[in-house]
Amino acid sequence: MLELIVISTLNGVLFGMLLFLMASGLTVIFSMLGVLNFAHASFYMLGAFFGFQISRWFGFWPALVIAPLLAGAIGAAVERYGLRRVHKNGHVAELLFTFGLAFAIEEVVQIIWGKSPVDFRIPPSLDFPAFTIFSTNYPAYKMFMLLVSIVIFAALLITLKKTRIGLIVQAALTHPHMVGHLGHNVGRIFRLVFGVGTALAAVAGVIAGPALVTQANMAGLLGPILFVVVVVGGLGSLPGAFVASLLIGLVQTFAVSMNGSLSGAFGPLSPDYAATWLADIWNVTIAQIAPIMPYVLLVLILIFRPMGLLGTRDT
Amino acid sequence: MTETTSSAAPPAPAAAEKLKFYGLWIAAAIVLLLLPKMFSSGGSLTTFSLIGISIIFALSYNILLGQTGMLSFGHAVYYGLGGFLVIHAINIIGANKLPIPLPLVPLIGGVTGLLFAVLLGWVSTQRSGTAFAMISLGVAELIASSALILRTFFGGEAGISANRTKVFRLFDWSFGPQIQIYYLVAAWTLLAVIAMYALTRTPLGRMCNAVRDNPERVQFVGYDPHVVRYLAFCFSGFFAGIAGALAAINFEIANSAYLGAVQSGTVLFAAYIGGIGFFIGPIVGAIFVTFLSLGLSDLTQVWQLYFGLIFIAVVLFAPGGITGLLMMHRPLLKAGTFGRVLPSYLIAFVPTLAMLVGLILATEIIVFHAVHSGDDSHIKAFGVPFDAANRYLWALSAVLLIGGYWLARKTWTRVGHAWDEATGSAREKGAVA
Repeated sequence: MLELIVISTLNGVLFGMLLFLMASGLTVIFSMLGVLNFAHASFYMLGAFFGFQISRWFGFWPALVIAPLLAGAIGAAVERYGLRRVHKNGHVAELLFTFGLAFAIEEVVQIIWGKSPVDFRIPPSLDFPAFTIFSTNYPAYKMFMLLVSIVIFAALLITLKKTRIGLIVQAALTHPHMVGHLGHNVGRIFRLVFGVGTALAAVAGVIAGPALVTQANMAGLLGPILFVVVVVGGLGSLPGAFVASLLIGLVQTFAVSMNGSLSGAFGPLSPDYAATWLADIWNVTIAQIAPIMPYVLLVLILIFRPMGLLGTRDT
Repeated sequence: MTETTSSAAPPAPAAAEKLKFYGLWIAAAIVLLLLPKMFSSGGSLTTFSLIGISIIFALSYNILLGQTGMLSFGHAVYYGLGGFLVIHAINIIGANKLPIPLPLVPLIGGVTGLLFAVLLGWVSTQRSGTAFAMISLGVAELIASSALILRTFFGGEAGISANRTKVFRLFDWSFGPQIQIYYLVAAWTLLAVIAMYALTRTPLGRMCNAVRDNPERVQFVGYDPHVVRYLAFCFSGFFAGIAGALAAINFEIANSAYLGAVQSGTVLFAAYIGGIGFFIGPIVGAIFVTFLSLGLSDLTQVWQLYFGLIFIAVVLFAPGGITGLLMMHRPLLKAGTFGRVLPSYLIAFVPTLAMLVGLILATEIIVFHAVHSGDDSHIKAFGVPFDAANRYLWALSAVLLIGGYWLARKTWTRVGHAWDEATGSAREKGAVA
């Protein structure tokens, strides 16, 4: 039991930090540009596939640097030549543009790399067990993922709190127009933020690619969860996104590792209707409903705290 | 989105206007009646049925997006649930010999959609805008994932099927042949379109527009925007359920794809490409998108990519959709200044076409080398055979793409000038309010 708790906590925090790598970019972009980037998970996927391709040519370590830079450049170009164009047509048009973009990116990835998973392997230098707890070998690569996400998290925090550009970004989170009035090149800041945000998502893609499955549907699988994180944490709240990422990471990991079901808990009672179509509910295990846990959480949050955990803004 | 803003309730129409108005509906009914006489093949009947279903679904979506300003990413939930309930209903009716004829069965789907919209809508519609979009996405994912867990009811991956001919028969219609299904779909499409049009004319429909344009002021007038959004959501769920029911009757099967993100995305594409600012927009969009998805898939392998690019192009360049583009020209036609824009259109058309041809050629060549490299390089796209390994063709596509883009930019600026001039003189004549 203790083993389960320790391992699941580690995995949960890891998944949560990965989610936060993406959710942080999404939140900052949303706060500044007012548009929820539907294609954010697509940049995560682009990161994974670029990482796969570059690590084939040059090895994993160059890929870790080059793939996010490439994805970030694409992101900046999308902001400059796409989003800024549709901005005058309102937020719905912006959201729809990113929606179409997500669709197109998925198609392009499918065309280039196919529909089946690609063989993105953990680099040999990290392919060993880091430590053994309760007879379970914990892979070093997962510790590496955790390390990378924590380093980026720390770097992001320092940049936001201590540097000039961080101050401007922070100011733009709450008062985007005022920042413009103060004479900062808001367009350039937007492009920078969009580029950095998408690059962060791509970093998550590169490091998650070998551990999870690198496949053309990975954006479609992760995207909705990412939006749940952002809404649960409170739209536009970075600390909220952090809390929600960890929460959802932990909830999902723990749910997957549990095997209980209603029939297991109340088996002896076994009501008659358990034999009808309600049997599905009666017999389903917690592990089976793990995929819907984030959405259940979303609905609960919406009922009891519509602005999100740490959100203040009503959008 | 200025195009979506319509004026206040129109004054009582004159007799001639009325005649035109009702004549339009009667003409639509006659066209629907005569269509199978002109195109009687099984394939075209199926296509027409699909278009009818798609029209109801897209219009029901536009109650949300176009009329009330709510962008939903999960509209297929109500479509799919309507479909599933109808399949179950057909099975139950058939097994118990209940006296319910098939033409009434879509109502069951509609009521199902309505019930679920009533249930899920109150929480979803508390806020509009981005928050609503995300919530609709989350709810849709919740329902779609649950459908895979509740296997007995939703039939897992395979879905559940039914036999529509086993239902109680009225006037000896078996609803086995496609022609009878076509008439069923056509009748329901006409009914639903009339009902949805009528809805936009009611005070509720007007309040929906007000909520879309300025929710704060709606509150000042004494309405609760949340309630108005909720009501619009319920109506929209009802009609989506009818569309889902017709789809289920047409295919005699319902599976989890009915509820999925792809279905929600398709209806969004259809409504937006057609144009959400006008009632007729989603109808145009539904017809266009259905033809496109049926036609393009025969012409090229990567039709979904083109589909996505068309959508992005519409969002970027024509936010009013197809109908928005056409309606833009109405004042010019009225004032008779359309002739001034026409030449520059024709000039701009040539390089734009060249650019598109270059783009398609380049895409097809790249796709060939990415997917089938090593196969025979003589490929066929859009019915035109060509050699993907031919270097001259590569150069040609590059020249067409870059040269076309460069020229198109220049010519479209000219179109802009001509446009300004034409609208200017049209305004002088008083055709533009």
